[in-house]
Amino acid sequence: MTGAPLIEVEDLRIDLDDGSRRVAAAEGISFRIDRGETFGLVGESGCGKSITALALIGLLRSPLSIGGGAIRFEGREIQNLSAARQRQLRGNRIAMIFQEPMTALNPVSPVGRQIAEMFVLHKGKSWREANQLAVESLASVRVPAPERRVKDYPHQLSGGMRQRVMIAIALACGPDLLIADEPTTALDVTVQAEIIELMRNLCAERGTAILMISHDLGLVANVCRRVAVMYAGRIVEERSSADIFRAPSHPYTQGLVDSLPRLGSRAALGRSRLKEIAGVVPAITNFPDGCRFNPRCAQATDICRTAAPKTDLLEAGGLVRCHHHA
Amino acid sequence: MKLRANLVIGGALFALAILVGLLAPWLAHTDPVMDANLLNAEEPPSWTWWFGTDGQGRDIYSRVVYGARISLTVGIVSQLINSVIGVGLGLSAGYFGGWWDDVVNALTNLMLAIPSLIFALAIMAVLGPGLTSLLIALGLTNWSFTCRLARASALSLRNQGYVQAATVLGYGDLRIMITQLLPNMLGPIVVIGTLGMGSAVLSEAALSFLGLGVRPPFPSWGSMLSEARDQITTAPWLSVFPGLAIFLTVLGLNLLGDGLRDILDPQSRSRRT
Ligand SMILES: Nc1ncnc2c1ncn2[C@@H]1O[C@H](COP(=O)(O)OP(=O)(O)O)[C@@H](O)[C@H]1O
Ligand code: SF4
Ligand SMILES: [Mg+2]
Repeated sequence: MTGAPLIEVEDLRIDLDDGSRRVAAAEGISFRIDRGETFGLVGESGCGKSITALALIGLLRSPLSIGGGAIRFEGREIQNLSAARQRQLRGNRIAMIFQEPMTALNPVSPVGRQIAEMFVLHKGKSWREANQLAVESLASVRVPAPERRVKDYPHQLSGGMRQRVMIAIALACGPDLLIADEPTTALDVTVQAEIIELMRNLCAERGTAILMISHDLGLVANVCRRVAVMYAGRIVEERSSADIFRAPSHPYTQGLVDSLPRLGSRAALGRSRLKEIAGVVPAITNFPDGCRFNPRCAQATDICRTAAPKTDLLEAGGLVRCHHHA
Repeated sequence: MKLRANLVIGGALFALAILVGLLAPWLAHTDPVMDANLLNAEEPPSWTWWFGTDGQGRDIYSRVVYGARISLTVGIVSQLINSVIGVGLGLSAGYFGGWWDDVVNALTNLMLAIPSLIFALAIMAVLGPGLTSLLIALGLTNWSFTCRLARASALSLRNQGYVQAATVLGYGDLRIMITQLLPNMLGPIVVIGTLGMGSAVLSEAALSFLGLGVRPPFPSWGSMLSEARDQITTAPWLSVFPGLAIFLTVLGLNLLGDGLRDILDPQSRSRRT
């Protein structure tokens, strides 16, 4: 095994073709995830997290496309692989689960069959073996009475159970990377915690790396060792989870941290309002000049409105993209 | 779930027709082709001759019973061909879109513009009469509704979460179409297929009536009508019984189609557990 990271994204740019011109929906995206590592991508809705994930698995579709940069899986560039080769990676080496467990399962197919299909598709198993393996998969995500449950249709399962089934499907082939895009946003809070715990334990047991995507910094920092914060199509800060709470460097990250309810704080007890970041994420076609955060930034100065900040290395470890970072 | 009258009556009529066709050798009193006997020519219906006899003394009851075989074979097989063509073209057109969708759309519009019976007539004229020609002619000319339906379903289904999830999990296009799209559109396709079977039985009758269908000594309900048309006033039973058989079969298929539509409706399906 070489020293190459499991997945490495270098200066990735995602273009949006709106008919008359191409604009960068995301650019300068760089990060790496090692084997078995947990990495988080955080940011408000619309800042480009999901399209980054789609780029990783080769599923950007018109009007979006990869405009530059490289995506390397185990040291090999994968963004230019043939459709068939990319398909062999998807679901097999790189798996993904979504936000919507209600709609991500085929309503007319028993859940066991949907799990078994993965073994047939990627591992060349017979249906007989695959059905047996499906029962084991369902047991591994702690679904009670799995040999009976495999025959159930999705509508017979609760939201939490369906997300367990999705995890079973995603982990069926023993992928090296699991991408979880807002995996619990649609679930209620108690179920959320269970699902996250399950996902984290299963991946830790099997050495599966996680790329966890969410708008919720608290959730991501809780699961992941390192976190990248995205704003308007750029990564603005990348730190260890511990550091990001202790000493957030980028004003946007500081805003995200301040907007989290802290245990025992007045806000968590409901006695004062949480601080929110004023303003909204700009539209892709309307990114401001200079630092894209400047219209919302309390620390902005003239240079912020004219020059885009470069990425700086922090002494404490980590990266930040701001002219006046802490 | 409440059993609906149209489903029960339609299903019973269709099942009866199939049963009659399957059990024809046991149900028939005489051989439908060979047992001509001029001594019994043009007998009206009686206890001996349930449905009467024709000008050659053949038992109409036995001929109607055997006729079920040909009429139903044509109805079922030609509709199956139509369904396969319609689903294949419509599903792939809706799923892939692009130039393939344009081609399929143009083809469908062409089929819709020409009445299918006229089209079938033209094909029969080229291929000549006979059972195989009938199956081909009727099987190639009535897929446009199925195609439209499959295309529309594929268009809406391909944006469903589970179809996108399948893409993410590494399913290929064919696998997505067969495992994710097809089963989710099957209900309405079956309904259209059932109704189409009814119209295929009618078209067979029409083509045979025009002398283009099954060739005379072998009985199909349409060819029996065709032979009987000169004696419609003198021996009306020659037309009435095959006509009744067509009517009941087509009625049954239409009721069945309606009944299936009620229970296969996606909304009522998701309410069921
Ligand atoms: N298919 C698409 N066509 C046009 N714009 C898109 C498309 N998908 C995403 N976008 C735009 O790209 C930006 C990033 O979207 P996304 O990655 O989904 O954000 P999020 O961080 O919430 O996951 C958004 O502004 C969104 O409007
Ligand atoms: S570069 Fe300027 S505007 Fe941008 S975050 Fe830093 S201080 Fe704020
Ligand atoms: Mg998203």
